[in-house]
Order: sequence, then C-alpha cells, then structure tokens
Amino acid sequence: MPANNHAGPPRRGPMGPGMMMPGEKPKEFKKTLGKLIRYMRTSLPVMIVSFLIAIASVILTLNIPNILGEATDTLISGVLGKQVYSAVEEELPSRLGVSSMDSALEIVAGMYNSMTGENKTKYDVTLGDLASIAPSDEVDSAQNNVAEKYLEGLMSLPLYYEPQIDIDSIIRILILMIALICASGALTYVQSFLLAGVAQKISYRFRRDIDVKISKLPLKYYDKVSNGEVLSYLTNDVDNISITLNQSLAQFVTSITTLVGVLIMMLRISWILTLIPVVIVPISLLLIMLVIKHSQKHFVRQQKYLAEVNGHIEEMYGAHQVIDLFNAQENSRAEFAEYNNKLASAARKSQFLSGLMQPIMQFIGNIGYVLTCIVGGILVVNGGLGVGNIQAFIQYIRQFNQPVSQFGNIMNTLQLTVASAERVFAFLEADEEKETGDKCPENVQGNIEFKNVRFGYDPDKIIINDFSSSVRAGERVAIVGPTGAGKTTMVKLLMRYYELNGGAIYLDGRDMTEFNREKLRDEFGMVLQDTWLFSGTIMENIRYGRLDATDDEVKAAAVTACADHFIRTLEGGYGFEINEEADNISQGQKQLLTIARAVLADPKVLILDEATSSVDTRTELLIQKAMNRLMEGRTSFIIAHRLSTIKDADLILVMRDGDIVEQGNHETLMKQNGFYATLYNSQFSR
Amino acid sequence: MVSGFYKKYIPLILLVLALLFVQAMCDLALPDKMAQIMNEVITGAATTAVLKIGLVMLGYSAAVTACSVAVGYLAAYIGSGASRDMRAAIFNKVSTFSGTEYDRFTTSSLITRSTNDVMQIQMFTIMLIRIVLYAPMMAVGGIIRAVQNSSGMSYLVWVIVAAVAALVTTILVLLLVAQPKFMSLQKIMDRLNLVAREGLTGMMVIRAFNTQEREEQRFDGVNKELRDTNLFVNRVMSALMPVIMIIMNGVSIAVVWIASYYATDITMVTNMMAFMQYAMQIIMAFMMVTMVFVLMPRAIVAAKRINEVLKTESVISDAKDAADAGRLKGDVAFENVTFRYGDSENAAIENISFTAASGMTTAIIGATGSGKSTLVSLLPRMYDVSSGRITIDGKDIRSFTLKSLRDNIAYVPQKNVLLSGTIASNIKYADENGSDGRMVKASEIAQAAEFINEKPEQYDDPIAQGGANVSGGQKQRIAIARAVFKQAPIYVFDDSFSALDFKTDANLRKALGENLGDKTIFIVAQRVGSIMGADRIIVMDDGKMVGYGTHRQLMETCPVYQDIARSQLSEEELANAR
Repeated sequence: MPANNHAGPPRRGPMGPGMMMPGEKPKEFKKTLGKLIRYMRTSLPVMIVSFLIAIASVILTLNIPNILGEATDTLISGVLGKQVYSAVEEELPSRLGVSSMDSALEIVAGMYNSMTGENKTKYDVTLGDLASIAPSDEVDSAQNNVAEKYLEGLMSLPLYYEPQIDIDSIIRILILMIALICASGALTYVQSFLLAGVAQKISYRFRRDIDVKISKLPLKYYDKVSNGEVLSYLTNDVDNISITLNQSLAQFVTSITTLVGVLIMMLRISWILTLIPVVIVPISLLLIMLVIKHSQKHFVRQQKYLAEVNGHIEEMYGAHQVIDLFNAQENSRAEFAEYNNKLASAARKSQFLSGLMQPIMQFIGNIGYVLTCIVGGILVVNGGLGVGNIQAFIQYIRQFNQPVSQFGNIMNTLQLTVASAERVFAFLEADEEKETGDKCPENVQGNIEFKNVRFGYDPDKIIINDFSSSVRAGERVAIVGPTGAGKTTMVKLLMRYYELNGGAIYLDGRDMTEFNREKLRDEFGMVLQDTWLFSGTIMENIRYGRLDATDDEVKAAAVTACADHFIRTLEGGYGFEINEEADNISQGQKQLLTIARAVLADPKVLILDEATSSVDTRTELLIQKAMNRLMEGRTSFIIAHRLSTIKDADLILVMRDGDIVEQGNHETLMKQNGFYATLYNSQFSR
Repeated sequence: MVSGFYKKYIPLILLVLALLFVQAMCDLALPDKMAQIMNEVITGAATTAVLKIGLVMLGYSAAVTACSVAVGYLAAYIGSGASRDMRAAIFNKVSTFSGTEYDRFTTSSLITRSTNDVMQIQMFTIMLIRIVLYAPMMAVGGIIRAVQNSSGMSYLVWVIVAAVAALVTTILVLLLVAQPKFMSLQKIMDRLNLVAREGLTGMMVIRAFNTQEREEQRFDGVNKELRDTNLFVNRVMSALMPVIMIIMNGVSIAVVWIASYYATDITMVTNMMAFMQYAMQIIMAFMMVTMVFVLMPRAIVAAKRINEVLKTESVISDAKDAADAGRLKGDVAFENVTFRYGDSENAAIENISFTAASGMTTAIIGATGSGKSTLVSLLPRMYDVSSGRITIDGKDIRSFTLKSLRDNIAYVPQKNVLLSGTIASNIKYADENGSDGRMVKASEIAQAAEFINEKPEQYDDPIAQGGANVSGGQKQRIAIARAVFKQAPIYVFDDSFSALDFKTDANLRKALGENLGDKTIFIVAQRVGSIMGADRIIVMDDGKMVGYGTHRQLMETCPVYQDIARSQLSEEELANAR
C-alpha cells in the first residue's frame, strides 16, 4: 500500500490556494530567516540588484496613468476647442453677413486693430494674434457692431483660428509612454531572469547538501525520521523555498513599492479622492480576513474528511481480497458513502467560501471605481480636476487594490517557506556520524571479540544487556531466533552503523572504535536478503563491490558466485540493463549478483542473510553453493533460517526479544535444553 | 461517462448561465455609465445628474456581486456534488472488481483514480463554471459594446483584434517552447526522488561498500538536470508578465493615438475612455479562455482514467442461473484446472486435478511463483479458471452465487490485511453479531488469545489501518482467528504460518487439528516442517503439479520435494520425521 510513501503532513492542500489553509508557523522565524540569508549570502548581491530593478520597473510605470490622463486632457481640450469653434463658425459669418469664416475673422481683426487702451489690453491675451490678419477694408458699422457683440463669445475661443487637436504633443506623450513601458517590461524580465537563476542555484545547493547529508548522518537518525520525511525535505520543502525566492519575494517588493508609489500619485491628483481607497481598502481587508477565518475552518474540515475518504479508499482497495472473501462489500460501501457525503458537504462550503473572495474584492473595487467617478465628476464640475485626472485615478485605484489583496497570500507563503527552511536546516544541522579513530586496519585476520556489549536503539531501552563472546578467524557464526528477535542488530553493530552503549567489539584484538569507520567497513562484506541493485548494467552492479575492478575480475567474481551462467543467458550478458524497479531479473538472481559483489570486495569478515522464501528451489541451491564458496576462509556471521546451516556453525547466537539469550554450538545448546532446544524441537514435533 | 454525472445538474447549469449572463451585462454596463458621467461633467452638468448615474452604477456593481456570489455557490454545489457521485460510483464499481481487474489497474492506480483524479475534475468544474463560462460572454458582450463605442473611430476595433492576437500568440508560443521541458520536469523530479529513495533504502549497502561519493555523483547528475530544466522553464515563462503588461498598455496608447486623429466631439472622447476599459475586459476574457487549454488536458486525462474504471466490468460475477449454495459439505475437486493471468502466454497453473474430501488436510508446497497461492485463490473465485472446473459437493462452483460460495469458505490470505477498528471487530468480521464466546474460542485456536489478553484493552484494543500497530506474527494470528470465527466447511490457509515461531506454529497446527478435524483444509506453506503431517501434499513447480501424496511417498518419488526437504532439514530430521 502506498500509504507510507508520503509521510508527513500534506504541505499544500490539493485544493485551492495556500491562503485558505492555516499556515504552518515556523518556531523561530527570525533565527531561521537569518540562517536562510546566510545560506544564500553569495547570491545576496544579485538578489538585491534584482529587487532594485523590480522597484525601478514599478517606478517607471507609476506615472503612466497620469501621462495617459494628460493625453486624454489634451485630447479633450482640443476637441472642446474644435466644438466651440465650429459653433462660432456656424453663426459668426452669417451674422456679419459674410460668406466665410475667414472674412468674418478679417472683420474682427479690423475691429481689434482699431481698439485702443484698456479695451485692447483686455483682449490681447486671447485675440492678440488676430493682429497678424490683414483687416478687411469693407467693414460697415453694422458689421462692426455685431463683431463687438460677438467679441465676448470669441474670447472663449482658446484658439484664434480653426483649433487643431494637439496631435504632436499627444504623440510625444504616447512615445514617452511606450518608452517607459518597454523599459519597465525589459526590467521586469531582467529581474525575473536573475531571480530564477538565484532560486535554482539555491535550491540546487539545498538538494545537494541534503543528499550529501543523508550519507553522513548515523543510521540512528533514521529511526526517528522516515524516508518519506527526508524525501519531503528534498522535494516539497526545497520547492517551497525555490518558489518564494523565484516569485514571492519579488512580489513582496513590488507590492510595497506599488502601494507606496500609487498612494503618492493619488495624493498628487487629489487628497479628497485618495480618501476613497484609504477608507475602502481597510474595510475590504477586514472582510477578507473574515472570509478567510470562516473558510479556514471549513478547509481544515475538508482536508480532514479528504484524508478520511482517501484513507478509507486506500484501506478498502488494499483489503479488497478480504472484503470479497468475507462478503463485506455492502458494509464497506455504506461506510464509504458516509465519509463521502461528509467530504462533499465540507468541500461545498469551503469552495463556496473561498470563492467569495473574488466577488468581494471585485465589489470593493467597483465601489471604489464608482465613487471615484462620482466624487471625481463633482470635483471636475467645480473646477480643479481634469477628466484625465479621473481616468488616471481609476487606474490607480485598481493598482492599489491588487497588492492589498495579494498581501495575505504573500505573507502566508513566506511563513510556509520559513517553516520549510526550518525543517531543512534542522536536517542539515543534525549531528553527523562522529569519527572516533583514524587507524587503518592492516593484515586483518578476522578474529572478533565481543566484550560486555551493551546496546539499545533507545538508550533508555537496552536490549543487549551484557554480551561477551569470541570468534576466531574463519569461524562460522549462526544467528538464530524467531522473527522480530532483532537478528539484524548484530549486523548493524558489526558494521558500526550504530554505536554501543557499553563494552566493546574487538577486531584482531583492537577496539573497533579505534579505526576509521570507512576503512573498517572495507574489511566487512555484507550480503543481505534485501538486495540493493540500481538501474545500470550487470557489470556496473557487480563492480559496485570494488569500483576499480577490471571486467575480467568482475566476471571471475560472477563465476565464483554461480552467477556467470544466468548472466550469459540474459540479452547482452554483462551489459544487460537492470531497470529502475530492478524487476527484470528474479529475486534469486539478484541475490547471486550481490554475492558476486561481495566476492569482488573480498572482505575478511562476512555478514550474510540467508535466503528464505522468495527464491525458487534450484536458484536456492545455487545461492547456497555460492554462499558456501564465499564463506571459505572468512569469518562469517549468518542470519540463519536453514537448520543445516545452523547445525554446521561453529557458534550459534540465539536471540530473543533483541537480546542474545544463549550461545554455543548445536550440541551444547541442545544439552542446555533452553530456548534453542524449544525452538528446535517445536518445528519437528507434531 | 464522467459527463453523465452532470446530467442532473443541467437545470442548475442553465441557471448558472443565466446568472452569468446578467452578471456580464451589468459588468459591461459600467464603463458606458462612466463615460456618461464624464460626458456630463465636461459639458458642465449638475452634481445631481452625476449622482444619479453613480447610483445606477452602484446598482450594477451590486448586481454583479450578487450574481457572482450565487454562481460561486452553484459552482461549489455542482462541483462537490458531481464529484461525490463520481467517487461513489467509482468506489462501488471497484468493490465489484475481482483480482483480475485489480491486477490490470494496480491498486495504487485505482486509489489515485478514486481520489486525485476526482479532485482534479472537481477543481476543473468549479473553474469552468466560474471563469471559463463567463469569459466568452464577457468577450462577446465586450466586443459589442466596444464596437458601439468606436463609432467614427472604427480603427479602434482593430487594436483589440491585434492585441488579442498578439497575446494569444505569445501565450501559445511560450507554452509551446516551455511545454516539452515542462513535461520532462515531472519525470526528472520522479527520477530525483527515485535516486534519493535508493540512497535512503540502500544506506547500509552504500556505507558497507563506501560508495557514498559515487551515489552523490549520481544524485548530482539528476540534480543539475533538474536545476537547468527548471531554469529554462522559469526563464521562458518570465517573459509572459512583461509581454502582457506591454500589450495591455500598448492598447491604451494605441486607442488614445487613434482617437486623437478621429475624435470630433466630446462624446467620442468619453466613448474612447469606455472603449479602453472594454478592451481590457475583452483581453482578460481571452486570457481566461487560453487558461482552459492549460487546465483542460489534465482534466481530460483524469476523466479518461475515471471512465476506464467505470466502463470495466468484473470478469467474475454471478451466472444468470446461479443458485444459493446453502451449507455445503466441503468435498472439493479440481478437474484439469488451468489458469492464466490476463493474456499472459504462460499458464500460472496447468492441468491440476485432485480431490479433497471433507475432513482431509491438503498441503501445497513449492517455490515462490510456482502457483501455490494461485491454486487456492481459485476456490473462492478470486479468479476464474481458464479451463477445466472446480467442484464442491459435485457442483461447479460457478453455479453458485458468489456470496453463498464465499460464505462456505474461511480463508486466510497470504497478505494479512487487518482493517482499522478493534481486535474484536476484525475477528468478528464475518458476522459482527457473533457471540464473544465464539470470538474467544477462535482466538484460542489461532493462538492469539494469550497476546490479546495482554493488551491494555484486550479485545477492544484498537487496530490501526493495515494492522500497523501489531507485529507480523500477531497480525497473522488475528487473521487466522478471523477465519476460524467464520465456521465454514472449507478452510484455506495461504502461507499463514510464516511469521510464527516454530513453537507457536506447532501449537497452532495442533489446535487446528483438534478443532477443525471434520473440515476440508488447504494449507499453503514454505516450510516442509509445517506440512509433513498433512493427509496429502501437492508439490507445485512452475505451475505444474509435480507431486501428490504423503510426505513419505513424496520423499521417495518426487525429486523436487526431496530438494526442498533436504535444503531445509538434515537427513537425521528427515528420518526422525518418519
């Protein structure tokens, strides 16, 4: 069952935004943040630069609504001028009794030129340019009177001849805008480009460091932390960090810049209008928080029911055989329906509530928009603001809402990231396997002595209390006991995967802790039932025993291990590729390969796990033969299942509940009539 | 088929469409109203006129929100309801599946189909209703409004066309460039996981051979690949935001520019202002529509996977004229039985014939993969024979109803799956109303009573999912007690003593002999020691029955049996056993 593949809590719900899930809070936010910053110190300059670029890119676009507003205003005044002019154009010539506007203007010019003193100065501002028009000679007094009458009207003309929309200035404005936008866009790209580099560099380093750390931690560490958790550090947590570095941080920086910048721009247009978002935004935040609070409850419930449904499905599918055999389908369906309904109702509520966010934000946004139209409209009517200002303000108010609604999300992501970083750092900082000695074992004979060995996986729960024994070079030791008696503990102690809690193990008379651990392990070989092969050729897999072995040496080892024959029957022989699941060769063949590996490594002390069930009879005989060859001349510890092996052993260690309860050879143990004798007899009595 | 789950929601979906239509209409009315206000303002209207239009706008906004909330609720209702029905349909379907279908789909795939795939579809449904259905209405409505607002400035419409074309092209190009890498990203991630997992599970071996460095290099290779691929994808996608921004702003610029050539009165200018906003709404709508192309493939894959399950009919079901078996005596006969899994060429078992009368113990021994478990699993019709037949009391087991057949067989499967609950709920699985005395008796026979009594809550002690909180040996004994409790005429123990120590094994066999003496018993075993005393022993090798008889007979006649026995016992023990 895949139940344990993803140990640890689901870090991001499969449904909906991270915002809806109550975030995991890191225990030490500041401290972890400090560590994170130190971890990426080499990338800090690039990050700071890219943040500056992000700020610059926001600032560049900040003025764009204003500029666009200005263009609109220019456009409006142009059109307005045109409108007034055409109104005048329609009336003036006919009133003056002339046919064209030009003639009319000539008349007005003449009148203007004839003016003197205060009157003339009064009109200088608006009509001054009429002076350049040659006045008409044939102006009668009636016309002059009409012209005078229209003078007031003409004064409102912003231009003295047919007004044109100031396209040049509009185009100038628009070109400026294009330049700004393109510059800003380019900067945004550069910024994301740089940050993507940083994020990938850092997450690569995190993954590498975690991987390296995996092989440095003592095996004891993994008693508490499951493989799933470590894999989750490597993938989920590093991903969280990477996403934050890539996006969230930059978003954070741009959001703040936008918020401050837009506020300034809005204030510059009108403080009265600015009151609108300043009042509305907190209300919308409050509403959002309310929704989040409510929907979080339902989201948690949804996750809980989802886990229950998934758990039930997993359990029932995994147990389908039992359910069929006991005719329990009806029960299981009824139980499922119950879970399923609960989930559906929680999903409906949480989906609805989380779906409320968007309409609420939209409504608030629309209210801001409408209020801006109304208040802005009134302000324009009363003078002081241009229509372009309102157009700009509408855009600003939209820009202002956006970062506000993102803020909650960003903060939550940051918290999630720091929580992830905290886990990763806790792993990276865990105590490594300590080197206790640096001696290199030489000319190893293979004498092993156990002296008052005390050991427990948990120091409070000692399982091996006081074990002493000695094994001479070349002897065979069988470790026996019922399943779960802790037979592999001996392997772990001999290989120094775990350290003793008391006493010592001696190799050729020297305390094993005096040796360098890696050098020591070179003298030990291991053939476990849990064969460990990797995807690659057979040749590579055997060579794993000694990486510098030649092809011939590999083949010779395979021959000794009785593996040569089957390898040659495979397609490609030694070049045969073992696939990733290592399921294209049989279990027994895998064991032969691991034996060949051990042969190649040529250790002085051997630890073997006898095959039990998963091998066909013929291969089992081969394995036995190969193991016997391998054991020749080496001190061997065998986790034994076969009574013949046990009886042939020089020493039998009998294990029960983790401790070694009896030792001796078959005869002496039978005479003792203890646990071993019971075990032995029980199998053959009926 | 997945679509069938939405049938009963059709009226609601129509309602959704109506609501979305109203929402879109109100949403689209806003820019026009804004233009009206601006028009009034410029031509010097009174404040009251502005306020009046403003109030209408507020009304529209409220309507938009009301519709959108209602649609949100309906989306959640339809999405969660349809997935509930889907999940139930899948679950009920899967519960009719036999081993054949489980083998075909694999258990983990069935789990994903019932959980993740359904969730995937739920998400897509909600998205579809809330965003994707809305977008086309906004697009169409927006275009109509935009055209209305561009009278006299018809070039404006081309701005939108160009912008949408540019946007869609950009998104598609970026997706096309990034998509292949995007796909490989998941594979690289899987590989990274695999390599790391290997490093974790192979920890002891790696340290034994001191090959940490080689492992690190292997990991580093994948790690680098992941980094580079991620970098490529991220950098390509980085272009998206700036391009969208440039296009959006470009639209505004182009609109003002065109308007400055063609605008002749104020209405045209305010129309232009409204037009700009419609342009944005149209572009947004098209962006939403492109999102479908991103989301849809995943939903389609999920739907296909679900359909596959729903379309599958179990190969094992009641025959049309199946009869209730009632209480059988238990005389079992295999007649020339051959069975192959799926379409595999090699038969898992071939031409097996034997009889097992009630009161007789038949043991089956052989290497793993020799067909032992397959043989016994045919009895309760976990699989159906490919040819030949199996009879009980002279009748073909396929003539009974499945339920009544299985009621007559107490079975301890090889994989001892316990269900979450209590020890009692597990032992009483066959009949939850069974008496406690019967449960205790069954536990005693199964040699489970002793350890159960040591538990803090004895029979009410909780069992975690899969029986994770009890040891292998305890699990096995509870599973045996569960079968013994059933009190059937036929018992099957499929490799059920492997996790027991020799002594418990012996006691258990003794108790079974004393209490189930009159039943038909099948024992699949690995250890010769466990089955030497059986009435008959079947020796399986590579799917064929290579020996049939008592221990003594087989020791003389069957070489495979001799091999197995010799590898496990010494001559002396073999001799003793006789």
